[in-house]
Amino acid sequence: MTTRIDARFAELKKEGRSAFVTFLMAGDPDPATSLDIIKALPKAGADIIEIGMPFTDPMADGPSIQAAGLRALKGGMTLKKTLEMVRGFRKDDNTTPLVLMGYYNPIYIYGVDKFLADAKTAGVDGLIIVDLPPEEDEELCIPALKAGLNFIRLATPTTDDKRLPAVLANTSGFVYYVSITGITGAAAADSTVVGDAVARIKRHTKLPVCVGFGIRTPQAARAIAEKANGAVVGTALVDALRDSLDTKGQATTKTVAAVADLVASLAQGVRGAKQAAE
Amino acid sequence: MNPSLPNSFRTGPDESGHFGNFGGRFVAETLMPLILDLEKAYAAAKADPSFQAEMNGYLKDYVGRPSPLYFAERLTEHLGGAKIYLKREELNHTGSHKVNNVLGQIMVARRMGKKRIIAETGAGQHGVATATLCARFGLECVVYMGAVDVARQAPNVFRMEMLGAKVVPVQSGTRTLKDAMNEALRDWVTNVHNTFYCIGTVAGPHPYPMMVRDFQSVIGDETRKQMQEAEGRLPNSLVACIGGGSNAMGLFHPFLDDPSVEIFGVEAAGHGLTQLHAASIAGGRPGVLHGNRTYLLMDDDGQIQDAHSISAGLDYPGIGPEHSWLHETGRVTYLSATDDEALAAFMLLSRLEGIPPALESAHAIAKVTELAPKRPKDHLMVVNLSGRGDKDIPQITEILKGKKQ
Repeated sequence: MTTRIDARFAELKKEGRSAFVTFLMAGDPDPATSLDIIKALPKAGADIIEIGMPFTDPMADGPSIQAAGLRALKGGMTLKKTLEMVRGFRKDDNTTPLVLMGYYNPIYIYGVDKFLADAKTAGVDGLIIVDLPPEEDEELCIPALKAGLNFIRLATPTTDDKRLPAVLANTSGFVYYVSITGITGAAAADSTVVGDAVARIKRHTKLPVCVGFGIRTPQAARAIAEKANGAVVGTALVDALRDSLDTKGQATTKTVAAVADLVASLAQGVRGAKQAAE
Repeated sequence: MNPSLPNSFRTGPDESGHFGNFGGRFVAETLMPLILDLEKAYAAAKADPSFQAEMNGYLKDYVGRPSPLYFAERLTEHLGGAKIYLKREELNHTGSHKVNNVLGQIMVARRMGKKRIIAETGAGQHGVATATLCARFGLECVVYMGAVDVARQAPNVFRMEMLGAKVVPVQSGTRTLKDAMNEALRDWVTNVHNTFYCIGTVAGPHPYPMMVRDFQSVIGDETRKQMQEAEGRLPNSLVACIGGGSNAMGLFHPFLDDPSVEIFGVEAAGHGLTQLHAASIAGGRPGVLHGNRTYLLMDDDGQIQDAHSISAGLDYPGIGPEHSWLHETGRVTYLSATDDEALAAFMLLSRLEGIPPALESAHAIAKVTELAPKRPKDHLMVVNLSGRGDKDIPQITEILKGKKQ
């Protein structure tokens, strides 16, 4: 099965560069603005788009992404509306991969089979579910693979060589390497250390490896893009969005551009990488 | 007999940490290797006679066990039915049952070479127990406590700080117990290399629900023996309050396979089940939070709802997974008591027995006042007096002042 994610990495390989992966929270700060932002991302240079599914108790996220989720929920966002947003995006773009990222409970309550069918129809390509390790693969991972969606697993500095095969077994699309032990928005990891970690993972898989957590600047994005198949930026984009809001937390005329401009400059960083990792 | 019922209610969880459909290991990958290590370390400790011997020594001389099983004569007379015994967990060092579990976990942490201990706390009882044992064993201690709870449980905050712990007021989310647990998990993910997360109740990812239950089962084991000595037979019923449900599980577990023993768990009904409350079984449904599948309070989108209870220790939108299973199999009956009922029970036990119960435990007493009168005088009812009420006196004074005005 070839998904939009597989196709995108094949294209990038031809171009000889790494992917720039963006993360933003669905419905932040309101559903309409959020869709406008997502629509602006490919043109600004995003190769793959991760969309957060808001959850009240995001226990692996730092203050910025926690706040983004709460803004979205306050604005009335639900999982159903997140899927509507994906459909809205797909009206004009049938090639940019879309990955939903979040926690399991809203999906479990929506109903796993119904969710997978609706997500596939809406145009979702992959899922990253923070609180579903390989030990719980029967819950969603296996059904997602059967439904034709990629299930993208997180690997971390605590995932040792003994455990890596289990983590990679049912992973597809790409591997998301979390460069630090910590929550989103924490300090960046050293790119040399990241390079070693990526090389270690690549000894166990042919899948592309993207690296996230702690990347905030074009320079940092470039350094990571030289070591990995993709660099993921989330908190820095969420912060730019937040800084563009008015005092009541509502979107302003600057909001979409604030995010798109930062995406463009980070994309420059990724595209300036000397050589993408093989 | 219902063919789907297990032969024994005491064999869970299975190897992957499930009690029926509940439990499991729903955690971030960063924590998974550590949880597997903990499972191994705990299994090794459990099989090591010197671990149990060392623990028994501390339970006796440091905690002050066994805790008495006390015949509450005046409460029994007042209610005019079942003969009521109080399991006096409030007499333990630190003032509640929490210390039983913390002692066990700290000893496991020491075996694993962890020097930094983190904990979440609601009422502060688990935080105080953790701070106490960290002081005793010279370990660094960080306690996460919702900012709302820091305000309503001030005496316990001072106590933890006096014991050398760092208390971190949690400002995220609803600023109560669930948010303290989120923040503790965030700390753990960040400091996974040197940190042991001492969870205060029978919840969280496997092996915590099993491990905490095992450490708390000393309550039920002693009760069994003490009742045998006092009355020459098993009790007829057990009653305990439930937030996450550790004091209840500790009392219940040794009796689960005695079908003659009726078992009642009491959730916090807050302002009432149609309003804000913390009764996950009465008002919730199965979902996934904090590492396990269990009954949770949530909306139609799977977003976790605010719990409310007068008692900070019960103010949690979930319940331990083994309780969810015991509810679905019908072995344990889950009831609930409102804030007002708990307050009335607090006053009743204080006046009749000279024992101010913790507001948490007062929920169990509240249901005893309904259950006991309907039962014969030879019915032996044990209620777990899981904590003492001293910590609640400032809060109760404020509430009573408010009611007079």
